[in-house]
Amino acid sequence: MKVSIYRYNPDTDREPTMKEYEVDTQGKDLMVLDILALVKEQDESLAYRRSCREGVCGSDGMNINGKNGLACITPLSEVAPGVKEGKKPLVLRPLPGLPVIRDLVVDMGVFYEQYEKVQPYLQNDQPAPAIERLQTPEDRAKLDGLYECILCACCSTSCPSFWWNPEKFLGPAALLQSYRFLADSRDNATEERLSRLDDPFSLFRCHGIMNCVSVCPKGLNPTRAIGHIRSMLLERGV
Amino acid sequence: MVTSVTSLGRNGLYDWLIQRVSAVVIAVYVIGMVGYLICNSDLDYATWSAFMGSVPMRIANTLMLFSVAAHTWIGLWSVTTDYLTSLTFGKAATSVRLVGQMAIALLLLVYILWGLLTIWGGA
Ligand code: SF4
Ligand code: SF4
Ligand code: FES
Repeated sequence: MKVSIYRYNPDTDREPTMKEYEVDTQGKDLMVLDILALVKEQDESLAYRRSCREGVCGSDGMNINGKNGLACITPLSEVAPGVKEGKKPLVLRPLPGLPVIRDLVVDMGVFYEQYEKVQPYLQNDQPAPAIERLQTPEDRAKLDGLYECILCACCSTSCPSFWWNPEKFLGPAALLQSYRFLADSRDNATEERLSRLDDPFSLFRCHGIMNCVSVCPKGLNPTRAIGHIRSMLLERGV
Repeated sequence: MVTSVTSLGRNGLYDWLIQRVSAVVIAVYVIGMVGYLICNSDLDYATWSAFMGSVPMRIANTLMLFSVAAHTWIGLWSVTTDYLTSLTFGKAATSVRLVGQMAIALLLLVYILWGLLTIWGGA
């Protein structure tokens, strides 16, 4: 099958190019990450990130035939009809909207800065109990669909609002984490958290485009979390 | 990076609320107007003029005028802060954006004054 990969080395290339490779899959429905390994056997200079190769570390988020996803858990048959059969090329590009360090490796700096801004850790000014802060099963259940995020950045880098204002709009990943702590019964910094979100950019740049929902490899729904925060802001503000 | 904040409510929540409320006003007005025109298909100038000149219609028109202006401002403010940024214009971005926003604001201001004059002027 044909594989077309975005190549860019800022030290030697004036501009990025798409490079074509020919890979033999022996008709198997390999994962996109396996294809990258086969390409790397032919061309050692190709750079990409990966670690767990099972969808838990979040390092190999990339743009696969136009859609962001994790290479390690995206089988060829799911990329687009005809790709596995070799009728259509597999097209790999780095996550959109972030500066490219090299080939498929992007600089996630601004993504992590936005994550840091939501202060993603429990805050509670009550004296700590002797053993631990307990939570009812119902309160614990509120964190389902929030805590599973692996920070792969597939969502934020598919969000047009994040492309245009990556320093000011927190983006779906950070907002999902923001709600994860707003919804946690053991955290009581709700007011401080909300007060940092009601400017016109941090949260309200979300226009409900829902690209984030359609790409999340963990099946999470940042748009719903953003809606919950908006309701909390509304209740607090009026 | 977009730094100068020139939003209407100066706060995301109020901008968002104004946007929703004005959208409802515009929707109700448009539906009402279409309904009126369908029910009065043989409309003549005298009836139309009397209808538009009535106090409830003047108030409705004023509400509509302000809703359209607010809705347009918030919407276009978003558009300018999305697309007229350093990503497209580099260092000139802030000036380009401010000029754009000023042009929009001026237009809307003229529109409001002109609208108010039309609605209430003949009173
Ligand atoms: S919400 Fe989903 S797509 Fe976004 S960073 Fe988390 S796991 Fe990745
Ligand atoms: S729903 Fe909001 S956060 Fe998600 S992609 Fe759309 S604008 Fe971005
Ligand atoms: S390699 Fe860890 S998520 Fe794909």
